[in-house]
Amino acid sequence: MVFRYLTPRYPVDQLRHDMNRLLNGFFATPGNESAAREGRPAVNGWDRDESLFVELEVPGVTSEQLDISVVDNELSIRLERPDVQQDGVTYHRRERPVGAFTRVLRLPVDVDADQVSANLRDGILTIELPKAESARPRKIEVAKAT
Amino acid sequence: MSNDTATAKPEVGEVGVAERTRCGCEYRPNVDILEKVDELVVVADVPGAAADSIDVDFKEGMLSIHAPVPQPEARNDLLREYGVGDYYRTFRVSEAIDASKISAEYSDGVLTLHLPKVEAAKPRKISVGTK
Repeated sequence: MVFRYLTPRYPVDQLRHDMNRLLNGFFATPGNESAAREGRPAVNGWDRDESLFVELEVPGVTSEQLDISVVDNELSIRLERPDVQQDGVTYHRRERPVGAFTRVLRLPVDVDADQVSANLRDGILTIELPKAESARPRKIEVAKAT
Repeated sequence: MSNDTATAKPEVGEVGVAERTRCGCEYRPNVDILEKVDELVVVADVPGAAADSIDVDFKEGMLSIHAPVPQPEARNDLLREYGVGDYYRTFRVSEAIDASKISAEYSDGVLTLHLPKVEAAKPRKISVGTK
């Protein structure tokens, strides 16, 4: 969820990925995986027609362990991954992060807070934020001069 | 007349990793590996993978996990902090594991593999008798 590494099974893909990342950074694509390095949950967000979408990877998290709220123009997501430490168990590797994580995102447009919905499937949390009426794209009819 | 003169086609050895037909990168899933008295448990985060598409394979002492994750359709990204791609990772498994009894379960993006130890590797308490 938080830290991810590439598997160099296909060296060519690795190279392509590195090149893409380099170029993306250079050409200033929003975000460059910095959040993942800082230990905050990484977020992808996109804009489609009348809604904004935010997606997070939250493997092993149930809906009770999630707390999502929208206040003014800020979306805050809090999630908790409980420590599953058991007695009589030896850990050989512990890479999966545990604990509570919070992320607050400033939204670029006004959203209709009452209509925000969230969906959890196979460890992926998808939040749909319908844009407020004023922020929706509007088709302007061109009147014909008479 | 038998066909003795014909030489058998040499058997083609195992071809390495199959060539992939789509691009995209592969990620190494985060795992916890924990050892209990009678088994090893591997817990891997593979969010976004569908349960029926996950491939767990044991061959020649290597346990591999391959979890395909579909690429999202083209969209107008506002924020892109993580990449989406398949998960792949392999582990070398010692002979103390009973390969025929390896089992796997999947829920909410977490894959759990149970690797039971062979009988001989399990700890045993030997009672000392008195004469």
